[in-house]
Amino acid sequence: MKKPLIQIKNLRKQFGGKAVLNGINLSIREGEITTIIGKSGVGKSVLIKHIVGLMENDSGQILFKGKPLKKMKEKDKKTLKSKISFMFQGTALFDSMTVFENVALPLNEKGEFLKKVINQRVRDLLEQLDLYEIDNKYPSQLSGGMRKRVALARALITEPEVILFDEPTTGLDPIRKSAVHRMISDYQKKHKFTGILVSHEIPEIFYISQHIAMLDEGKIIFEGTPKEIYKSSNPVVVEFVQRLGSETERATGLSSQYDLSERLKREKRHSENQRAIFSFIVLTIINMEETIKKVGYEESQVALKNFIFQINRCLRDTDTCSRYDLDKILIVLPGTDSEIGKIAYDNLAKRMKKERILDNNNSPELSFAVKAAFAEAEEASIIDGIETNNHSEVVESFDIYIQ
Amino acid sequence: MLQNAISNNPFSTIGRWVIFGIQETGRIALFLTSGFLNIFSRPANISRIFEQIYFIGAKSVLVICLTGAFTGMVLGLQGYYVLVKYGSSGSLGAAVTISLIREMGPVLTAIMITARAGSAMSAEIGIMRISEQIDALKTMGINPLRFLFSPRLAAGLISFPILTSIFDVVGILGGFLTGSLLLGVSPGIYFSKVESSVVMSDINGGFIKSIAFAIVVITISCYQGYYTHRQNDFGAKGVGLSTTSAVVRSCVLILIVDYVLTSILL
Repeated sequence: MKKPLIQIKNLRKQFGGKAVLNGINLSIREGEITTIIGKSGVGKSVLIKHIVGLMENDSGQILFKGKPLKKMKEKDKKTLKSKISFMFQGTALFDSMTVFENVALPLNEKGEFLKKVINQRVRDLLEQLDLYEIDNKYPSQLSGGMRKRVALARALITEPEVILFDEPTTGLDPIRKSAVHRMISDYQKKHKFTGILVSHEIPEIFYISQHIAMLDEGKIIFEGTPKEIYKSSNPVVVEFVQRLGSETERATGLSSQYDLSERLKREKRHSENQRAIFSFIVLTIINMEETIKKVGYEESQVALKNFIFQINRCLRDTDTCSRYDLDKILIVLPGTDSEIGKIAYDNLAKRMKKERILDNNNSPELSFAVKAAFAEAEEASIIDGIETNNHSEVVESFDIYIQ
Repeated sequence: MLQNAISNNPFSTIGRWVIFGIQETGRIALFLTSGFLNIFSRPANISRIFEQIYFIGAKSVLVICLTGAFTGMVLGLQGYYVLVKYGSSGSLGAAVTISLIREMGPVLTAIMITARAGSAMSAEIGIMRISEQIDALKTMGINPLRFLFSPRLAAGLISFPILTSIFDVVGILGGFLTGSLLLGVSPGIYFSKVESSVVMSDINGGFIKSIAFAIVVITISCYQGYYTHRQNDFGAKGVGLSTTSAVVRSCVLILIVDYVLTSILL
């Protein structure tokens, strides 16, 4: 287990006599993304504002690498702050500065870099985040999604060790949300920063986080991995994850993992006297990075959504298809053994090869390289354990290209 | 009930006001000291200071010229009819000049800048506060006072005396326009009285006042904007209140400081 970078011990904060944080204990591990979830108004943003020093706690401690923040010398605090970035919910971009000036500001103020170096770094980062030809525009001239990405660029420009994201995708449509999550995940993998996210985007946030903490009534009521949260027996956690998962399903047309499990359990109950068999197919898109380079983050997410939509159209009414991870799609075929499952998949692949993923005719030729893995099971619980590459029931793996 | 009676007692109210006044004065003093010291911190904020000189100074020149001209014209007109009664219309140049350099110039310049730039500064910083831009500065390790207040204070200290000088010169010319060109006072007498009546201490006094007013206007305007979130109303309404408060407090303080400085300088 990785060592904790930030430890929060018995943190308390009251506003007008009302305890918002009532003894928070939480460990943030180095090099991981920890996501804090919870209902609106439970104090998630308040909690991360304490970490970055925007708010003062009434009692308790915040330790950074074992040292209490409050007891640090001013010089050490300043050094620490230079290693931390914060992305605000409302972006907090300087509206009287251009996009370029906004992103360059943290570097300019450090006074450590030549103008030429700063210009190059800002331009490179803006390009990497699909922000073209907006250097001289003001934040008010940009769309909500672009503003979020500019704020993300400003948070990333100093290559900090810790980045705190306060609801980075609020107010965006599902495609742009996915694109921003993907950007955060890609940069985290590239720069190995420690990420602390506040988000409601379930289940998508589970794909990019290694650690989840749920805040309720001023306390952390769950702490664990994304897989563990699905196993939680706490009714508040179950209700929250289920409700938000269903909301996402309504928005994207994809089933949540909870819904999948429930559906499989129902199927099993209906065939109580028979042997209930399920076939699982996990499709892994192996060229997502390449696709992003070709068409950008947003278009690649549109392509992925269209791809899943096309798969759904080719399936039987009883079959279900859902996103399983950032680049993984899970297909469940009830009442089907692996042999028939493979035949069904061959047919699906043939039909899918004829489909065009992107509607935009001007986009470069695009193909998804997809690796398929199969498994057969009698219990729905196997969904939790499916791993494309090393599951014992994987029988075949091949690529399909969809032009 | 007893607590209510105590808190509604007029003495309690006065006490609360006094305590609030002392606390507020202390906060403003700390705000000003920190902002002033940060003017000299490294790396230097030169470009931002020039930006503010342009905003506070250059952009105010037109309004200062207009105000100065009409103030001088009114002084020339009023002064002429008063002086002519005593047969000393020749002293018009001296009357206009002394009034402008000692009092009207610094005070009216400061009030005009409060209306034009002070209100804008307060609103701008207030909006930055409510949209978390000030918090964003803190998270980037940027001192918000150094970034927002210090360049404005430096620019104010440079711009106010220059604008006051412009006001004085234009005002004297305005007085000449009404006194000499319209009412017939000899131009030679007008300008010779201007020259002979002004001594260096008058000019110094005017500059001292303009510097003091710069500190008052810029500090109050930035302070009100910076602490917008402490207003009773939030959001846009809070920014509106801060701006109003900045203008009213600055104007009142200009007049109070003017009285204090006049009594010291005379």
